[in-house]
Amino acid sequence: MSAADGAPVPMTAKRRGAQLAMLGFAVLIVMGAYASVGLGLDGKIPSGTLTYGLGLGAVMLAAYLVLAKFAPWADPLLLPLVTLVNGLGLVMIYRLEQADMKGANATSQLMWTALGVVMFSATLIVLKDQRTLQRLTYTAGFVGVVLLVLPLLPFIGTEINGSRIWINVGFSIQPGEFAKLALVVFFAGYLVTKRDVLALAGRRLLFIDLPRARDLGPVLITWALSIAVLVGEKDLGTSLLLFGTFIAMLYIATQRTSWVLIGILLFVGGAILAGQIFSHVEARFDGWLHAESDELYNRELGGSYQLMQGLFSLGSGGILGTGLGQGHPNIIPFAFSDFIFDAVGEELGLTGLMAILMVYALIVQRGLRTALAARDPFSKLLAGGVSFILAWQVFIIVGGVTRLIPLTGLVTPFMSAGGSALLANWILIAVLVRMSDGARRPPPQAIQDEGLTQVMQR
Amino acid sequence: MNGTLKRAAVACLLMFGLLMANVTYLGTIKADSLRHDNRNVRSFFARYAIDRGWITAENGKVTLAKTVDTGDPTFRFEREYPLGKAFAPVVGFFAPESATGIEGTENDYLDGSHPDLVVRRAIDLLTNKPAKGATVDLTLNVDAQQAAYRALASTGKRGAVVAIDPRTGAILTMVSVPTYDPNPLAVVDKGKVNAAYNKLAKDSNRPLINRAIDETYAPGSTFKTITSAAFLSEDGSRDENTVVDAPDELPLPQTSVVLRNAGGESCGGRSTLIAALTISCNTAFGKIGIDLGYDKLKAQAEKFGVGKKLSIPLSVHASDIGADLGPAALAQTAIGQRSNQMTPLQMAMVAAGIANKGVVMQPYLVNKIMGPDGSEITATDPEEFTDAVSPEVASELTKMMVNVVRSGTGTAAQIPGITVAGKTGTAETSPGKPSHAWFISFAPADNPKVAVAVFVESGSAGTDASGGTIAAPIARDVMQAVLK
Repeated sequence: MSAADGAPVPMTAKRRGAQLAMLGFAVLIVMGAYASVGLGLDGKIPSGTLTYGLGLGAVMLAAYLVLAKFAPWADPLLLPLVTLVNGLGLVMIYRLEQADMKGANATSQLMWTALGVVMFSATLIVLKDQRTLQRLTYTAGFVGVVLLVLPLLPFIGTEINGSRIWINVGFSIQPGEFAKLALVVFFAGYLVTKRDVLALAGRRLLFIDLPRARDLGPVLITWALSIAVLVGEKDLGTSLLLFGTFIAMLYIATQRTSWVLIGILLFVGGAILAGQIFSHVEARFDGWLHAESDELYNRELGGSYQLMQGLFSLGSGGILGTGLGQGHPNIIPFAFSDFIFDAVGEELGLTGLMAILMVYALIVQRGLRTALAARDPFSKLLAGGVSFILAWQVFIIVGGVTRLIPLTGLVTPFMSAGGSALLANWILIAVLVRMSDGARRPPPQAIQDEGLTQVMQR
Repeated sequence: MNGTLKRAAVACLLMFGLLMANVTYLGTIKADSLRHDNRNVRSFFARYAIDRGWITAENGKVTLAKTVDTGDPTFRFEREYPLGKAFAPVVGFFAPESATGIEGTENDYLDGSHPDLVVRRAIDLLTNKPAKGATVDLTLNVDAQQAAYRALASTGKRGAVVAIDPRTGAILTMVSVPTYDPNPLAVVDKGKVNAAYNKLAKDSNRPLINRAIDETYAPGSTFKTITSAAFLSEDGSRDENTVVDAPDELPLPQTSVVLRNAGGESCGGRSTLIAALTISCNTAFGKIGIDLGYDKLKAQAEKFGVGKKLSIPLSVHASDIGADLGPAALAQTAIGQRSNQMTPLQMAMVAAGIANKGVVMQPYLVNKIMGPDGSEITATDPEEFTDAVSPEVASELTKMMVNVVRSGTGTAAQIPGITVAGKTGTAETSPGKPSHAWFISFAPADNPKVAVAVFVESGSAGTDASGGTIAAPIARDVMQAVLK
């Protein structure tokens, strides 16, 4: 698996000092960005720069200390990278709030960030070994499904902006964000135990070994669940996210390309069918394909107005952007949530967007490294699944707001305004950190070199 | 599982690669069309984010257009025109989606996008100051401009006045009446601007056009100066005392029509050139035109600038003496009728050319451009435009025109103590319709400092309007304002 047997295992460095330095650097960048917003807006450094900066710094220092104590071998890059995107999201929301954009609230986002770090720490403290999650496979599956269908229940489920993905229990939360986490745990646990069976070849068609018909069950169930989310909650994004992640994990576990093809066929078929029955799916597709047409641009509901505003924003930013506080990203509807990526593009330009995509790519890359280095199949699959779902989510939402693929509502991880998503994603990162700690921790070393059979001498 | 994990990693890499490629495409290749899409309101905001340069006159002493900092972050800078109506046809207005007049033609200096200002703009960008444009200083003489506007507008007439410094070509006055208040057209609210604009556009008096340069009109007898110039230039032995035919009726060749003088008056059968011009004898100049031939007349007109494209920097409608339609038409062309069409600016250039010893200077409105710190960026150097006539011919023409004001049709233009040279014009537009009234002049005749053309449009001046009664007094007021 990781190190070749026999040779002495090279010690992985903890790199805690590097991590602290990078964390400080990330906080500094965020503080600089925050000051830059003030300078761009009214020529003054905002009075809250130091308090905000110190606040964020203190929260992250706490996260660091917990990590250093409870997961000392963890990947040193994950926390600084996440801090950076989270901080830049905060700055952008602050900037939009300053432009009097309704719904943008930087203070509440900072509170949710702090709470997210608390959840991160709690996860690290409670979850001593990720393998305990394997015992909770079916519990996690049950919890995931319940969370997913919760918004459909009468009374507590509420529909906001055309999607029924919220529940109202005094305050609004998006249970789907937590369902995502539970379902990845479930997929990992389930697939690890069933992967040998699922990998069994059935009939051979053309060049592809089809799986046995009876093994299609779990795939069909996940598919049905995804389509139910799509239809019932009008949430194309989550539906695509969950099914795509399941198929990817299925492939990682079984090494069967046929599963990927079956998955794609099922989802595309389901979506086309749904598109013919339910208008909102078709509208999304139309709004993508003919976004620039005046007819769709001016359509009251389900048109391309928002998407085009996002693209105008991005295009106006050009290569270097207007500079923070000097553009007009507040013109884009929901610039602080779904369209935060385009808003950043206007003020930080192509350069800023490339940096942010690079940060996401690095987080994913560190996650996949963890998966490769993990020592047991469950951890491998879980780390792989968690990394993939992050990459997949970034692809779906960023691809959507940049018109690479049809727009589906999802949050940009760590950047978009929204408490539920922040909490869920911080927990997700905590799980990844825990697994990287396990993967990088040196295996117990023998006290003596036992290269040769020991000869006891009397 | 590592093999499939690696493949999943490649898939993730591919996804990020696609995102990056797409973002790059949007941020570079597609950026321009997205930025300039007319549904993108940012370009609209950008217009108001610039501390636009001012438009001034008399070396910056008088402000014609200024920028006011409202402090509003969305629409920070607004435009105001303190002197309003009288200057609107020249200065124009800065509307949410367009700009006219000097505001339009000098836009790259005013908004700071001109290459000459690129260093300054870069410094503004780095120091995070709002971009500041350059100030455009015009050649206008504010008193003369206002005198011309008052004289023309107070009487409710439609028309135009152009005054030029004949020595340089600097335009001292350019008035068009009726005009409009540019201030309501320069507000941020597109709806209000469109409403105000549409109201003006529908007005049958057409206040939005600049009659001095946007349209041409039959110049009437003022054109006789050009005909005289051609006649004198044709043969060096001719002078103001050369005797020409001046019949009571001039039969037009190949037609049954005869050309008569205004009011059926007689010019005495034969007359000196100076006498013919002084009383504006139609038959004499009709005959001269026929004798000269179309080509010589056209060539002389072109030497005064007729038919040449002009940008002052406002674009000027080209004047034209009309096509060659035979001698009958030529006789009418020679007295400024038929399809002979001139802009008031062109006629001012004719007066200025005669005043400046036969050399027409390139007319211009922009005196200089000053950077945001007050330093001069460029200044206009006077340039010769055309050589219209020899100094001798110019001097003969001047003598004749002085006589017109001293004892002929243009006595209303006399200024005590100053010799004025001038020529009246009363152009028939169509049978039964009132005439256009014209007057071109310059003063002082011995050392000209100002040349003026006044044009009062048909119908607005009353049925008995003539250049001498209606237009000449306005020219006098303008010259007095310049010379005082």
